[in-house]
Amino acid sequence: MEIKQAAIVGTLESSDIQISLLPNPGKGLEIQLQSVVKVQYGDAIVATITEVLESFGITDAIVDAADRGALDWVIRARMQAACCRATGTKFNWKGEDQ
Amino acid sequence: MINAVGREIPEKIGNYVVKPYAGPREAIEAEQPVCSRRKPSKRAAAENKLMPDLKSAIQACGLKDGMTISFHHSFREGDKIIVQVLSCIKELGIKGLRFAPSAVVNIKNPSIVDFVKDGTINRIQASGICGELGDAVVDGLELSEPVILRPHGARPHAIETGDLSIDVAFIGASAADDFGNCTGQIGPNACGSLGYSFIDSTNAENVVVITDNIVPFPCVPTSISQMYVDYVVKVDEIGDPKKIGAGATRMTKNPRDLLIAQRCADIMAASRLFKDGYSFQTGAGAIPVACTNYLADYTEQAGIQASFALGGMTGAIVEMHKRGLLRSMLCSQSFDAVAARAIAEYPNIVEIDNSMYANMFNKSCALDKLNFGVLGALEVDTDFNINILTGSSGEMMGGLGGGPDVADGADISIVTLPIIRGRIPSVVDKVFTCCTPGSSVAVVVTEAGIALNPKHKNYEMLKEDLDAAGIKTVSIEYLRDMAYSLTGVPKPVETTDKITCIVEYRDGTVIDVIRQIKRD
Repeated sequence: MEIKQAAIVGTLESSDIQISLLPNPGKGLEIQLQSVVKVQYGDAIVATITEVLESFGITDAIVDAADRGALDWVIRARMQAACCRATGTKFNWKGEDQ
Repeated sequence: MINAVGREIPEKIGNYVVKPYAGPREAIEAEQPVCSRRKPSKRAAAENKLMPDLKSAIQACGLKDGMTISFHHSFREGDKIIVQVLSCIKELGIKGLRFAPSAVVNIKNPSIVDFVKDGTINRIQASGICGELGDAVVDGLELSEPVILRPHGARPHAIETGDLSIDVAFIGASAADDFGNCTGQIGPNACGSLGYSFIDSTNAENVVVITDNIVPFPCVPTSISQMYVDYVVKVDEIGDPKKIGAGATRMTKNPRDLLIAQRCADIMAASRLFKDGYSFQTGAGAIPVACTNYLADYTEQAGIQASFALGGMTGAIVEMHKRGLLRSMLCSQSFDAVAARAIAEYPNIVEIDNSMYANMFNKSCALDKLNFGVLGALEVDTDFNINILTGSSGEMMGGLGGGPDVADGADISIVTLPIIRGRIPSVVDKVFTCCTPGSSVAVVVTEAGIALNPKHKNYEMLKEDLDAAGIKTVSIEYLRDMAYSLTGVPKPVETTDKITCIVEYRDGTVIDVIRQIKRD
């Protein structure tokens, strides 16, 4: 799926994550992560971000994430919202039941 | 070699010969008498004792390169003495000192790091090195030997064995007379108990009392006697009263902390040791203060009175005394302004020597009589080992304080902590730094459940009492799994081989070391 517009989700509050999702036509995925728990969870956060991008079929994007120690579900939800806004699609609420 | 808590430690670290932690033990007979550098020397007239400024006092003490200086940390982050003294020493061009305060609090602008970088200090020993200094140390700050971290009870022992031999002790006091009688109980910058400095005053070669409040002779009350004091210096300001501790530590409104505090008090009240004359130590922080208030209510309902509270004091404990629910308070430290001033107001609130509080090598210490000890922690692992020093990224987050002493001394030691903080789990497979051996921890209390340590000496008794009171318990593994299910399993922090800190236990053995954090 193609990114039609830049999207910013989340906040810089403790236990949240702020993610900017930007178009990157033809150049693949570029993920930049700042995190207060980068040592322990940096890889896990990038894996979650990548997984959500894949589930939306997004192959070209710049992701700029500033994490303040968000739990995985928060990161996933923020990322899904970013993908929906950036691609101009609605979230598939039935998806998780399938 | 591997010590009794499973930590890999070299036999020698520079010139430091490691005595590995070998498990709990009783104090042993020493072969040598107590070491003291105190000399029988007379400072004749008052004018000779009251020095015009810090520099004159430092020079009169004969401070030279490589010597050891000490301070207390009772002014906490409001301390203005340490920086003034170090700045004078730096101006005098004295280098390579060993800095041995009871603890390093987070002093900024300039920080202790600046005095290390300019060569004034090249060795450090304390119970904790919070803040900028700690972060710099774990990141490999250049010192000529690793920092030695000792719990409160171990410092007086190290001084008495001669391992920590102090050339000049600088003792900040909120009131002093021109002969050096001094106290922290009165004056605009009152900090309360000077309990950490008693051992310095009796064992250092030179003792300098620093105050901003000279009172007419004799200073009443007197905490440290003129007979140990060489010089007195008046400076403009010894501290910032707002940062020393304004008012009483307030009761938290955080529901999670209140729940943990309530459960902790429930456990104490359910114990058979909770009877007339029981004793406790709760300490500082949100959970301990709330826990003290709950404990006071339980005590009132039971129609009993506690015999003593020990260690660091808060307004909440003073309140319990005022309500007639607590007969006496043995203060080695005062955590807030109410507790600081209360010593001078109430005859049953007494200032005690930190060594009397926690040093296991004394003929006895007050901890030997303690029933309940409530402790905070950064991490606890499935062996019940406690980390109170380092965060999970390896950063320095706390000090040992009296934690290891209290856990060992109390009949029932209760560790209180939330299972996660942000995304960081606090109940883990293996703590990053082991400060307190799990064998001395009776119970871990979290918002997700209470775990008893089956290997603790009083496990059977406590289990029976909690069962009788209908208090449910879970396994420590359950708490860890719960934490990991929320956060995921953290990737371990990588370290280099360089040892930045040596962590001593209360008996002077090495319980763990902290290695330099590997950065990308």
